[in-house]
Order: sequence, then C-alpha cells, then structure tokens
Amino acid sequence: MSASTQKITLAKGLNMGLRKAMEDDPKVLVMGEDVGKLGGVFRITDGLQKDFGEDRVIDSPLAESGIVGTAVGLALRGYRPVVEIQFDGFVYPAYDQIVCQVAKMHYRSKGRSPMPMVIRIPFGGGIGAVEHHSESPEAQFAHTPGLKVVACSNPVDGYWMMQQAIASDDPVIFLEPKRQYHAEKAELDESATPEPLFTSRVVRRGDDVTVLAYGPTVKTAMSAAEAAATEGRSLEVIDLRTLSPLDMGPVYESVRRTGRAVITHEAHVNLGIGSEVAARITEECFYSLESPVLRVGGFDTPYPASRIEEDFLPDLDRVLDAVDRTLAY
Amino acid sequence: MPDPATERGQNRDGFGPDLAEVFGPSQNDGGPELVQLLTPEGERVHHPEFDMDFSAEQLRGFYRDMVLTRRIDTEATALQRHGELGIWAQLLGQEAAQIGAGRALRPQDYVFPTYREHGVAYCRGLDPLKLLGLFRGVDHGSWDPKEVNFGQYTIVIGAQCLHATGYAMGMQRDGVVGTGDPERDAAVIAHFGDGASSQGDVNEAFIFAASYNAPVVFFCQNNQWAISEPIERQTRIPLYQRALGFGFPGVRVDGNDVMATYAVTQAALQRARDGQGPTFVEAYTYRMGAHTTTDDPTRYRLNDDVESWKLKDPIARVEAYLRRNGLIDTEFVDDLKKEADDLGAHLREGCKSMPDPKAMQMFDHVYADMPEELVTQRDGFAAYLETFEEAR
Repeated sequence: MSASTQKITLAKGLNMGLRKAMEDDPKVLVMGEDVGKLGGVFRITDGLQKDFGEDRVIDSPLAESGIVGTAVGLALRGYRPVVEIQFDGFVYPAYDQIVCQVAKMHYRSKGRSPMPMVIRIPFGGGIGAVEHHSESPEAQFAHTPGLKVVACSNPVDGYWMMQQAIASDDPVIFLEPKRQYHAEKAELDESATPEPLFTSRVVRRGDDVTVLAYGPTVKTAMSAAEAAATEGRSLEVIDLRTLSPLDMGPVYESVRRTGRAVITHEAHVNLGIGSEVAARITEECFYSLESPVLRVGGFDTPYPASRIEEDFLPDLDRVLDAVDRTLAY
Repeated sequence: MPDPATERGQNRDGFGPDLAEVFGPSQNDGGPELVQLLTPEGERVHHPEFDMDFSAEQLRGFYRDMVLTRRIDTEATALQRHGELGIWAQLLGQEAAQIGAGRALRPQDYVFPTYREHGVAYCRGLDPLKLLGLFRGVDHGSWDPKEVNFGQYTIVIGAQCLHATGYAMGMQRDGVVGTGDPERDAAVIAHFGDGASSQGDVNEAFIFAASYNAPVVFFCQNNQWAISEPIERQTRIPLYQRALGFGFPGVRVDGNDVMATYAVTQAALQRARDGQGPTFVEAYTYRMGAHTTTDDPTRYRLNDDVESWKLKDPIARVEAYLRRNGLIDTEFVDDLKKEADDLGAHLREGCKSMPDPKAMQMFDHVYADMPEELVTQRDGFAAYLETFEEAR
C-alpha cells in the first residue's frame, strides 16, 4: 500500500469526499439534522463541524422542506449546499421544494440562478429498520427534469462521486446505500484520476448475460456473477452509477454482445429505473436481443416489516433465477 | 352547528383567558394595534413607536409610485381582457403596502416576491414590461434577479419564504449583517399573503429564521382573501400575533397607509440589518380586485365589504393629504397623468410586440450542463420539425 492509498469504508469515503470538497471550496456548506456534533446518524459528517465550524456544518431544525428550501436560498446567494436527508423515507416533506424549486430554478431563470446543490439520501433496506427507513425513491427524482441522480456502490466511488457531485453546477440527488456504509473496506488511491460522474462502469466482464445494478444491488449482482461462474455461466456486471442522466453506451455495447439483460434494484419494479433501462435497450439493441430484458426488484408493495425484508429485496437467488429465465428463453 | 371560526371569544374552562380577551374582539377593523400614520381621510396621526418625519418630496414620490403602480395593474388587467395576457394577478388596493415596503429597501437588500409584487418590482427599478412575459406565457420570468436584487416570481404559495431565509443565512455568512456600516449591512424581505401563512414552508421559514436569527423580514400582505377563502379560514388570531410563538416580534400595520408601511418596514429591515433577527410585518389591506383575472369574487364576498374598503383607498388618502397641505399642484398632477399614460402605452405596445418563444427554446437551460440524452431528444425533435414544410 503506497503512501497515498488507504483501506476505507463507504462511510469513510463519503466523509473524506465531503471534507476534501469543503477544503477545496469555502462556499461548500453541509446542512441537515444531526450532522454537526453527532456527525450524522450514520457518522458520514463525523468531525466536519469540529474542523469547519458551525457556520459551514449546520445542524438544522427537524424540517426537511425547511432544509432544502433554505439551501435553495443559500445557493441563490452563491453557496454550494450539501444537505443530508436523514433517511430515504423522510425526503417527502422536501419533495415540493426539490421538484418545484431545486429542479426548476435554473430553467425558470433562463440559467441565471443555478442550483449547485447536493441532496444526500441514505437509501435502501437490509438494516432491520422500522418503516420509512429502507426505501428507494430514486425513480421519483429521475423522473424530474432538472435534477441529476446518482447512486454510489462502493467506498472509492463514494469518495470521488461526492466531490464530483458537489462540483456539479446542476442539483444532484446523491443516493448512498446505507447498508454498505460500514461494510467491506476498499483501497482508495487519492492520487488516482476518477472517471467522470455521469458514467456507468463495467465492473465484471462476461459474455452470457448482462446484469445491470446500482447502489446496494451491485454487490448482489457481483455475488450472482460469482455463483453463476461456478456453473459455467459468464455474467457481465455493470454498475450504472448515474440514474439521471443514464449512461447507456456501455450498456448497449454489452447487450449487443450478450443479447441478454437483467436489471436489478431494490426499488419497486413498476415504473422503476429498470423499466426505463429495458425500454431503451429494446429501442437500441432490438436485433441483438435473444430474450426480453428482465427486471428484478422490490415487489410493488410498501416496504414490508423488517423481519421479512430479505424476501422483498432482490437477492442472489432471484437474480440468478432471472438469469436462468433469460437464458432459457 | 355554529362555525368554530366565529366562536373564538368563547371561554374554555381551565385553559386560561379566552382569545378575545387576549387579542381583542374582532379583526375586521384592523384592531387596536394597527400602526397608522395617515388616516383614510388623509389626516396625519402619530404613533409612539413608529412615527417618523417625511419630506414633501418623499410623499410626492410615494404618491407618484402608487399612481404608476396602479396604472401597471389596470393596464395589465386590460391587456388580459384583450387576450394579450393569459392571466394577471391584480394588486388593486395593495399599492401602499407594496410601495411602502419597496421604498424601505436599500440597494443591497434582497426581495423574494410572490407573483403579485408588481409594485415592489417597480421600486427595484424593473421595467414593468418584464413582469408581463410570465403572464403572457412567453417565459417563466425574464429578469435577472441578481441585477435588481429581486427574485423570481414564485407561484407555489409560500415556498419563497424558505428561500428568503436561506438567502439571509448566506448574508450572515458573507459578513454583511450587523457590521454597523449602512452601505454594507443587508437584509432580505419575504413577501407572502394571508393564505400562504397556513403553508408549512412559511411556518418552517419562521422556525429556521428564528433559530439562526436570520436577517429576514416576513412581510405578509393580509388582503383578507385567499381566492374565495376569508382570513377566518386561515387563522383564529391576528396573523402578526403568530410571530410571538416563533420567538420574534410581529407588527400589524395599516397596509393602505404608505407612510406607516414604510416606517414599520424600514424599522424591521434595519433590525435585520443590525443583526437582531427576523420580524413579521402584517400589512393589513384588502384585495379590491379578484384573485386573478380568472376569478369572480361576486360568488363569495359581499359588495358592501368592497365598498367599505374603497373608503380606505391607499392613494386617495395621500392625495388628500398632499392637496390639503399644498404639496402638489395641478402641474404635478398633470405631469403624473402624462407619465402614467406613457407607461400604459409602453406596456400595451411592448406586450403586443413580445415575440413568442421558439419551440426549440423549451430545451434551453434545463441544466447547466445538458446531458447527452437530452441533447439527443432535442436534436431529434429539431429534425422532426424540419420534416414539415412550413417553418415553425
């Protein structure tokens, strides 16, 4: 391990990314519930208030619309606010401000009032939480013109994508797979050059079926690919990383080779990101397809009680089942 | 069953004094705490806290501003009737509230308007023609907020109060609050109405502003009506009293009295600039016109009410005062009439010659950095349009 590399968790990567962005640009502010002294309920902002002060790391009243709405005002004043929504299911009080104000301000003002804001949302399930703490609201935001939506899946991306999102002059909904926060570490080389933010990435090469994933399901897809390999099936795994805009180039390239695609996400299947991806693959790769694009996601139910959440969430077996179905077609 | 809104005077055993004892018997006359410096009859009165001296020039200026603002409003209303505007949000009757508040601003202050602040926009030096684009449907707003420190019209009720609070928090961080330098210290004013006072965003803005002691004045034009809903549907107590519960002062001012509105707003803005935090100003006024040109107030309110408010007209009382004291003459009035006529002509001609946007412009400015997929969509649509013989 060289001097510039270290093993970090996703939580640490995000924290380091925030810190770096705040060091690089004095206009970057962090705001949210419990982000100051506590360092956030997941400790993503740990230590930032101590080092950057209460004016730049702002503990807010408990009102999500207030957090995002005041961040709009700060952005209009020339700041680059990074706001934390404590849990996915708590973003809805801010939905109006995000959709009607954050997303449309640049458009409404003919580009005179940019909204360089990052809205961080810990998302997804698998942590045994009570209701409203395990949701995947990405499609709601990806459906809104004016917003950009990204999801990180690993510690290294957490570090780089956070800085890139903050540097973006467009508002970014930044989704963090909360169950990965303190999971496996990865080696970060701070001297490396990251890929651009709004790009997808092939994370495992394969020839038989393309499996698309983002956020928490990248790990699921990778496990599925390993299991499939033991049965002689070669899965290509793509981490979409950006959900709006989608970066479909690598996806089309892959599907034209494999002829088969499965997309998996924790969000409900109906009108989810997978539906859009499937439609686009059909439009662009129609003559390469050997089978319909299949979606593996959360069922179209509200997020269930946590004792049965693993049955709701797509897992290795359900991904492999879809792989089997697409190969059998 | 009696309407609970009319029952607020009733005592509730064990729950302290009844509301009527605390807040007075009625809101309908503005109440005893209404700050007034000029009566509806044009008599100068004094107030222990907010009294101030006005020069003749200042008063003539207020009068001129209000006359021109009313002309902007009546001209735009006429343009809507002629089909040149899709809709217009009228401010008739609210001229004093807007000019009093607008003239209390310093250049470095910043305004967050609703969609009815035409008089405030005029005070910020905005060509009123620029207000019409939104109502004509050619754009969503055509001025540069940074040039005039006047934000975009906000149509979602109350949303701008949070933006104002955040902007004020930015001013705090920029070190332009409480320095003692009058050229440097700045404040924000957030406009909203009695209807908006029920919105969560407005109440959250109060909480954030109080919590951070943000330099923002919450300026509520209580024009008594939220489309068809009377003020009693929004509140059981005078609106300005709500401020106390949030931890900052509230003042009710006669919103048809430009002197009082100026004096109160100016004091509130100065408090904010000095770093003493937010103030709630309730400008007690009346929406003489409809909510917008699509509304029909005869369906829900009595003509008697409108007639009684006509006697409190904001312009007539200043004119009476100026005439009685020999501060305006025929020449001034004639010049002003000519100026108003010229403004009207400017609006009529400018509005009618406003070009429609091109279809392709819908793709402009969705993003600062336009994604490739939207570029593709845009270019596809352009190619599609080109397949038609007629140029669009």
